[in-house]
Amino acid sequence: MDNSISINKLSKVYGKTSVLHEVDLQVAGGEVFGLIGPSGSGKTTLVKMIVGIDSPSGGTVDVLGKRVPNLSLLQDIGYMAQSDALYPELTGRENLSFFASLYKMKKTLLKERIAYAADLVQLTDELGKKVSAYSGGMKRRLSLAIALVHDPQILILDEPTVGIDPELRLSIWKELMLLKREQGKTIIVTTHVMDEAEKCDRIAMVREGGILAAGTPDELKLAYGAADLEGVFLQAGRDAR
Amino acid sequence: MRVLALIKRIMLQLLRDKRTMALLFFAPLIVLTLMYFFFNGDNDNPQLGVVGGNEALVAALENASIDVVSYDEADDQTIITDELDGLLEISEGDFQITLENNDPSTSRALLMQVTQAASMQAGAGAPASIDAEYIYGDADTEFFDVLGPILVGFFVFFFVFLISGIGLLKERVSGTLERLLATPIRRWEIVLAYLTGFGIFAIIQTIIVVFYSIQVLDMVMVGQVWHVIVVNLMLALVALSLGILLSTFASSEFQMVQFIPIVVVPQIFFAGIIPLGGMAEWLQNVSRIMPLYYAADALKAIMYRGEGLADVASNLLALAAFAAVFIFLNIIALKRNRKL
Repeated sequence: MDNSISINKLSKVYGKTSVLHEVDLQVAGGEVFGLIGPSGSGKTTLVKMIVGIDSPSGGTVDVLGKRVPNLSLLQDIGYMAQSDALYPELTGRENLSFFASLYKMKKTLLKERIAYAADLVQLTDELGKKVSAYSGGMKRRLSLAIALVHDPQILILDEPTVGIDPELRLSIWKELMLLKREQGKTIIVTTHVMDEAEKCDRIAMVREGGILAAGTPDELKLAYGAADLEGVFLQAGRDAR
Repeated sequence: MRVLALIKRIMLQLLRDKRTMALLFFAPLIVLTLMYFFFNGDNDNPQLGVVGGNEALVAALENASIDVVSYDEADDQTIITDELDGLLEISEGDFQITLENNDPSTSRALLMQVTQAASMQAGAGAPASIDAEYIYGDADTEFFDVLGPILVGFFVFFFVFLISGIGLLKERVSGTLERLLATPIRRWEIVLAYLTGFGIFAIIQTIIVVFYSIQVLDMVMVGQVWHVIVVNLMLALVALSLGILLSTFASSEFQMVQFIPIVVVPQIFFAGIIPLGGMAEWLQNVSRIMPLYYAADALKAIMYRGEGLADVASNLLALAAFAAVFIFLNIIALKRNRKL
């Protein structure tokens, strides 16, 4: 399958600190790609530059054959930020329909999509409540629904399951897999939970602004002679030193 | 349309925030009322002695809340012994007024009201000319009277600045602005929506403040009310665009508040509360970069001297230029988040 996202020698420098250093990464269309790494490793900076809301200091990002940043491209990207970017004064439904109305969508479709996205994250009954009354997990789910609401080809989710209980986490992953299988969506997920990494088609281990290793979970385990991904991560980290 | 969706959301958010709504609409009224009582200790109707006035004129004066005392003959001493605020002498169509002027604001208001009543009497054609004399001070004693128009402008500026600035700041801090920029919305659409969304509240606030000042506080008002509103709306637009621009350089609500002593307070001094004529030349030049200076000048001209919009066109133009520059800079400033 052709590359949905292609990153070339991407660097980011804030002042004097280098956050990302010449990162190369290819993500194929229709795969679930995991970015694994500790906090502060540069995952968030990387995904922000893929979306186009942070500008690279060097290198390029191409998404669906278009150079980032590109306004029309944003119609095809669903982004879920690490912090819940919601309006607490508004209800869940108002938040959802506000973000949905920023995209090109027919009114009837918009209603359908809002209902679908809310149902997917099991928030349908809570949509009338103000977001300020939501729990942490509910906010996270609403953020995910907002990322999905305009039916984007590419989903970029920055730590989507933080603060969500195991049951719901499982069902969210099931849905992500379904979106990939049935609608051929490309999904990029950042996480530091190793068992989530196992579910990805391919993963990249990010540390200190660089990619230590990339491949399918099984390939990596084989290459580093480790029983699980945690072992891979530790081994790859030692090798890099 | 994206802009409409954004405007709707901004207004909805603000409407849900009852405290901010109260601050926007009632705080200016409370402060203005306090100022009114501070500067107008004498709340009684002014006492005017009249010599040689006809009944129609007396009725017109009484309509303007002036207590008229008719005399056959009177002089300056009458004013002092009878504790009058002024004495109007009419002979052969010539109006001559002597003002006690112990409280310049009362004198000024009285002279204004008498002029109005007299010109109504004289018919629409020729406004009667009135010679004014002062027992204390002179015509230049106008400190508190010019304060009114300036305060109206100031409060519109201050509250619109603060609330719009913090509005966008909240959006920056909570990450929703970044989230917004991850949608296909254009930068100018965000700025336009903010200007419109908060602008609607600024319009309501301006109308409330202007009507309250004129109707309830009886502020000197010679010109047209809608002219006052036009000037204040231009000022509100400047405050709005400046507020959201400066929010770019603040990283918390507290830092936004820190702009008040730097950006807002100096403007009061340059707005004409302290007469600018006596200032050093470089200070006078500094006033030229203060939006409130132009607004206060225009408001004074309309409310106090009865001039029209045409007379204050240059001031309005200056305000429009400020707003245009700030709006442009706002669109540029959003580039920090997204290049397109």
